[in-house]
Amino acid sequence: MSVTKTPLPACSVTGLRVVLGRGGPDVVDDIAFDVAEGEILALVGESGSGKTTLATALLAHTRRGARIDAGTVVLDGRDLLAATPAEVRKRRGSEVAYVPQDPSASLNPVMRIGRQIREVLDVHHAGTPAERTARVRQVLAEVALPDDDEFLRRYPHQLSGGQLQRVALAMAFTLRPRVLVLDEPTTGLDVTTQAHVLATVRDLCARHAVAAVYVTHDLAVVAEFAHRVAVMYAGRIVETGPRERIFRAPAHPYTRALLAAVPSVTEPRVLEGIPGSAPSPGRRPSGCRFHDRCAFREPECTDAEPALVTIDDSEVLARCRRAGHVRAQPLGFTVASPDGSAGSAQRPEPVLRVRDLSARYGSRPILHGLDLEVGRNECVAVVGESGSGKSTLSRCIGGLHEEFDGTITFRGETLPPGARRRSREMRKAVQYVFQNPYLALNPRMTVGQIIRRPLELFGLARGADATRRVHELLGQVMLPPALHDLRPERLSGGERQRVAIARALACEPELLICDEVTSALDVSVQASIVTLLQELRESRGLSMLFVTHNLALVRSLATRVAVLSDGRIVEEGETAEVLDRPAAAYTRRLLKDTPGHGSELRHGGHESR
Amino acid sequence: MSRSAAEAAAVPATIMSRRREARPAVRAWTRWLLRRIGLALITLWLISLLVFAATHFLGDPARAILGRSATPERLAALRTELGLDRSAVRQYVSWLGGVLTGDFGTSLATKGPVSALIGGKIVNSTVLVAVSAVIIAPVSAVIALVSARRRDSATDNVLQVALLTTAALPEFVIGILLVTLFSTVVLTWLPSVAVSWTGSPWTDPVVMILPVATLALAVVPYVARILRASLIEVLESDYVDMARLKGVPEWSAVARHALGNAVVPAIQVMALQLAWLAGGVVVVESLFLYPGIGTALVDAVRNRDVPVIQALALLIAAVYVVVNLIADVLTILVTPKLRTGVR
Repeated sequence: MSVTKTPLPACSVTGLRVVLGRGGPDVVDDIAFDVAEGEILALVGESGSGKTTLATALLAHTRRGARIDAGTVVLDGRDLLAATPAEVRKRRGSEVAYVPQDPSASLNPVMRIGRQIREVLDVHHAGTPAERTARVRQVLAEVALPDDDEFLRRYPHQLSGGQLQRVALAMAFTLRPRVLVLDEPTTGLDVTTQAHVLATVRDLCARHAVAAVYVTHDLAVVAEFAHRVAVMYAGRIVETGPRERIFRAPAHPYTRALLAAVPSVTEPRVLEGIPGSAPSPGRRPSGCRFHDRCAFREPECTDAEPALVTIDDSEVLARCRRAGHVRAQPLGFTVASPDGSAGSAQRPEPVLRVRDLSARYGSRPILHGLDLEVGRNECVAVVGESGSGKSTLSRCIGGLHEEFDGTITFRGETLPPGARRRSREMRKAVQYVFQNPYLALNPRMTVGQIIRRPLELFGLARGADATRRVHELLGQVMLPPALHDLRPERLSGGERQRVAIARALACEPELLICDEVTSALDVSVQASIVTLLQELRESRGLSMLFVTHNLALVRSLATRVAVLSDGRIVEEGETAEVLDRPAAAYTRRLLKDTPGHGSELRHGGHESR
Repeated sequence: MSRSAAEAAAVPATIMSRRREARPAVRAWTRWLLRRIGLALITLWLISLLVFAATHFLGDPARAILGRSATPERLAALRTELGLDRSAVRQYVSWLGGVLTGDFGTSLATKGPVSALIGGKIVNSTVLVAVSAVIIAPVSAVIALVSARRRDSATDNVLQVALLTTAALPEFVIGILLVTLFSTVVLTWLPSVAVSWTGSPWTDPVVMILPVATLALAVVPYVARILRASLIEVLESDYVDMARLKGVPEWSAVARHALGNAVVPAIQVMALQLAWLAGGVVVVESLFLYPGIGTALVDAVRNRDVPVIQALALLIAAVYVVVNLIADVLTILVTPKLRTGVR
């Protein structure tokens, strides 16, 4: 659907500023936008951009330590930020509702689902008790959840992630608010569930003329879902306008760089990360806040911060002194040439061979008779929804899960179940990089100690030699030597994941198992990690098993793909073959649900097909 | 929306299976509870072994009673009288058999049955601990709530320093300070000892004020500090924020969403402290000469009254075991995730 011709702003934000503490640095500043009835505005930004702070500020709420310092949020002709606490409370939930990022943490674990939804009606004194009960059932039906008593009596832990997010949506829609704030509502969900949650949101917003502010870091979702986009960087909106225009010809260098970092399902793009990382409040540079990472920077960019102005009488506003120039540059993506080894060429000899692997957790079977091979210098991606068993597979191979039958051979030798039963040589040769870099590094050790440890354990280097190796490895994963003496808490997510990779590389492995290594990271960081892994594979002749749910990422990285569903491989083959001509119905469905398939993200500036 | 339809269609099937599983859930519960009770009984039995060993193998009660100057004949006679000439195993079996039938033996000091000697004192101590607990729980909860809600404010800082200072003092120091303040040096409002008191605690409640105050001051800081920490965590949780963003009033967000989730640590810490009180009364009772199990135990040890020591040691251990068992059951009852998924 398109936006109505005379859009009445359902929500109008001006001059919004949120600061830390008393007179501290701003988290977000100079925020202004309108959202019309039935319109979906995507608020895009990486971690640290202030997008979640902005999202809750729209409901006049800040997290502990932050404070709304200035600005107005006008809903229904009245400013919410100027209202009394009692009035704010009354308008929350009824005029503006919030859908949280992680419903499993945002729903009260000791309260039944029905009561939590009903509470919205209770605190707003809506209707008679009987009407409230009826409304709870009605709204559950609207989000395609069962509305019987048994379901109402369930606790959050008895629901799946997708169901929980629907409950959160139901809660938000209970009083038919005019404005909906969605804070990364699909981050933890797999593509299929995400596709259906998004469809539900779009449907409800259109049907009830609700204005939605959709906070996300996922540009592929934005490309399919939003009418308008506001890109945030370091607490500012740096570019805003209709989705198609921004995706076709971004006017801000940051938007441009973000788009270049997004993988595509339809072509193997060479992803480009953004150098450096987003600065946190208080450490943001003067002048244009993006100037230190910008490819279009001029000396003048450091002087004064540019204002958000209309570019070339289009509907696009950008905060860049060179916006006109940036916009005129065609947005092109480098597409990797088909792999030399692809096509009719022979597959390299297998390094890893999995035969008839069946794994279980206790009495629950997870994998059913899997066969898989990883050739020398290949990157084999294992894709599937959550619960398909892809992590179990990688854990069996990595020696972290012991309950399995079947054989895993590595260079012709059988790998016994469990790392403890494997020889030193085997343990050294097969290395694992974990999904969550925030949990994978020992917080008590410095980066140097973390990388040094495997060197000493496997007797690869000692003393000054080891120190030299650690610095070499830091260089290989493109981390500055200054990080050597820091502990992980001081590092960003991307830096931590690089340390984890350096730790794995320290063992001089032949097979690297990457378990969803980028799912906790921003797109720009994901792009640079993927580029790094690609380079390492080429320069070191590494073989890789790359577990992911992101099909677009597979396109940029993997030589082969194995599609896993309910513990069985339903399709396996060369990446281009599987993604362009999927044979299995499951693969086709997965592709259909992957956002960015058939939207602006597909064709940026070039039309090479 | 084919998938959501499939999802919705799949749900009735899981409801069916859930309904069918309702009975096995009850059975799983019963099995869990029986196993826990069985383990508690085994614990108690091991404790009885330890108590018996500690009192019997670490010295000859007959010699202890008669002293160094005792003649061999008198020792032998006393040993026969006490049944000490039998093998240790037989002594243990007959003692345990007595305990199981409610007969804790005969006091060496009074020559009367142990149960009659300590029965009244158990009641007195129970009243003391119960009154203290009834005061400790709400006082700690209120202090914790005030500190947690105004975290890092002046009020919170003052409360934290006060709690830490009190926690740093042993309970006998607190008791002595209270006596100095309220009954001897500064003021003379309250009796400093309960020694003249022989009736039931409720006939003369004034004598209980200082013992209860001492116990409360010894325990409140721990409970309040742990509750404060768990409340802070809960108050900053996503679901309490979500309640605020739904338009739930602040007091209700705290009362309905936060407290319900902070109750598990509260149960656990209260259970530990109650169990500690069962033993901790010894010091406080002997300080105030309160006629409870504490003073009885001190007397029994002084008189080498082995059967009384055994009975009281077993009793205090049993309180520990039972209180912790109750706390575990309560924890499961108030945690839906544990309640519905008990194995």
